[in-house]
Amino acid sequence: MDMKATQKKMSLKDRYRHLTRGLDWETTYQPMDVVFPYDKYEGIKVHDWDKWEDPFRLTMDAYWKYQAEKERKLYAILDSFNQSNGHLNVTDARYINAIKIFFTAVPQVEYMAHRGFSIAGRQFRGVGPRVACQMQAIDEIRHAQTQIHTASNYNKYYNGINAFVHQYPRMWYQSVGKSFIDDAITGGPFEWMVAIGFSFEYVLTNLVFVPFVSGAAYNGDVGTMTFGFSAQSDEARHMTLGLECIKFMLEQDPDNLPIVQGWIDKWTWRGTRFLSLIGAMMDYMLPKRVMSWREAWDIYFEQNGGALFRDLARYGIKVPDCVAQAAEAKEHVSHQLWAALYQWNFGTMFHTWIPSPEELDWLSAKYPDTFDKYYRPRWEMWAQMEKEGKRYVNAGGLGANCQVCQFPMIFTEPGDPTKLCHRQTVYKKEKYHFCSDHCQHIFENEPEKYIQSWLPVNQMLQGNMGGGGLEEFFKWVHLRPGIDNMGFEGSEDQRNFAQWRGMATTNS
Amino acid sequence: MSIVFIAFQANEETRPIVDAIVADNPAATVQHSPGLVKIDAEGCLTVKRASIEERIGRPYDLQELNVNLITISGHLDEDDDEFTLAWKD
Repeated sequence: MDMKATQKKMSLKDRYRHLTRGLDWETTYQPMDVVFPYDKYEGIKVHDWDKWEDPFRLTMDAYWKYQAEKERKLYAILDSFNQSNGHLNVTDARYINAIKIFFTAVPQVEYMAHRGFSIAGRQFRGVGPRVACQMQAIDEIRHAQTQIHTASNYNKYYNGINAFVHQYPRMWYQSVGKSFIDDAITGGPFEWMVAIGFSFEYVLTNLVFVPFVSGAAYNGDVGTMTFGFSAQSDEARHMTLGLECIKFMLEQDPDNLPIVQGWIDKWTWRGTRFLSLIGAMMDYMLPKRVMSWREAWDIYFEQNGGALFRDLARYGIKVPDCVAQAAEAKEHVSHQLWAALYQWNFGTMFHTWIPSPEELDWLSAKYPDTFDKYYRPRWEMWAQMEKEGKRYVNAGGLGANCQVCQFPMIFTEPGDPTKLCHRQTVYKKEKYHFCSDHCQHIFENEPEKYIQSWLPVNQMLQGNMGGGGLEEFFKWVHLRPGIDNMGFEGSEDQRNFAQWRGMATTNS
Repeated sequence: MSIVFIAFQANEETRPIVDAIVADNPAATVQHSPGLVKIDAEGCLTVKRASIEERIGRPYDLQELNVNLITISGHLDEDDDEFTLAWKD
């Protein structure tokens, strides 16, 4: 006779405890410090790894179950978007240039994040963080894959994203994102967790995956909306992990505080710089806009980040100094960056344009203190030059790269938006250049790391980017001048989109 | 008091979840943005399994929230019955 099952289901807390406690062992052939050599050398002191707790308490079976469900939903939507030529329903083909920037940069960064969490998962001796890193490593490779799958449909129809793998280590502006993740992965495991899990995921990814992706939805891009929100649902866990890691370090030993504070300061600034690109995409590249970059910054950085720092004050964590500069910069960075992309557009794989009169008015309304005063006159002058057939390009001057964030030096002096900000440090008789006090400080704390930066403009002038001239650079980077870049007006993308949309909405 | 928030994809699966959260957290405010719905609350916000089950008419596992979740803010504490976000300042 069948026995009736009387076994009581374990609670969520018990299930998680069984997954993360007692599955490991103390090594005997080799000392633990030899098996796990990396989780002490950064100076972080840990007394009890069992104090690590993942608040989501995901077990492996639940993880696979819900991730599988997310994937099924995502690919069903993506397939139907592609099958029904959803790309022709975006507001305006200009929009596609925003996701070209996304698709050529972000999947690579996600892939490196996958590698980084695989490495960190091996380096921690505690089981809790190892399990969490393992899940996050799988999440990150999923993000790279879903983004590439979404991009592949756009790549069938539009220029510029066909060579993204080749271009990632070669395209000058890609070095901003690439150096961000490479500099994080070459830190130790705890620094990695602060850089990615805390500063980037908790403080900053909301800005990419919430207002920007909501903007994608607003512009009819169901593909990007779907992978974006699906990715951010994993980020919700990642942020929680990043915050957990901060609390864990601070609660384990008071000596950890200055180390953790240093990492928070550094990576909040690196992330802030990196995200300026998203600012330009939101303010200039979305034909329909959910909110301005400044408004998104107010909600997701100042309000949300502010809440976080107030909360961490009980551990002695202070708001990073760079936050004050970021608060001023939110009024400027998107305008400065779009102007940079416009004037160096001959070297990118997407198109740019001058905002329409209606868009200029929107920017004036959203940036009442800065836009008309500093940025509108420039766009009006450049519009006039275009009308006269003299489209402005800055072919004569390549912007020197900041040694740390690797942006060309396009950002202005705090307190004076008419003057470019430029700092210098001499180290071992060599002069190094920075875009800001904060990047300079990062360098001065770790000069031996940052003297190794691979700066695109320096490399080009040294002849390491195909030769030394622009034509050689285009060939080397697989860029088709005038097809992949320059003005959207008159581009092949613009013509094709108009023709295909016409075919989709009429019978002739 | 700092704001905690939770955002979901705006779809049929999350409609009763949002309703349940609003009913259980009278101070919460709901914001709609294209494709998503974001719920803000001062200090603390709790998602209750029983309230969701009442609305959808079937057993619900709070970890199902992961499927349509977009983002959260605040310290999370999750068990079988409640999913709570809070700031401790």
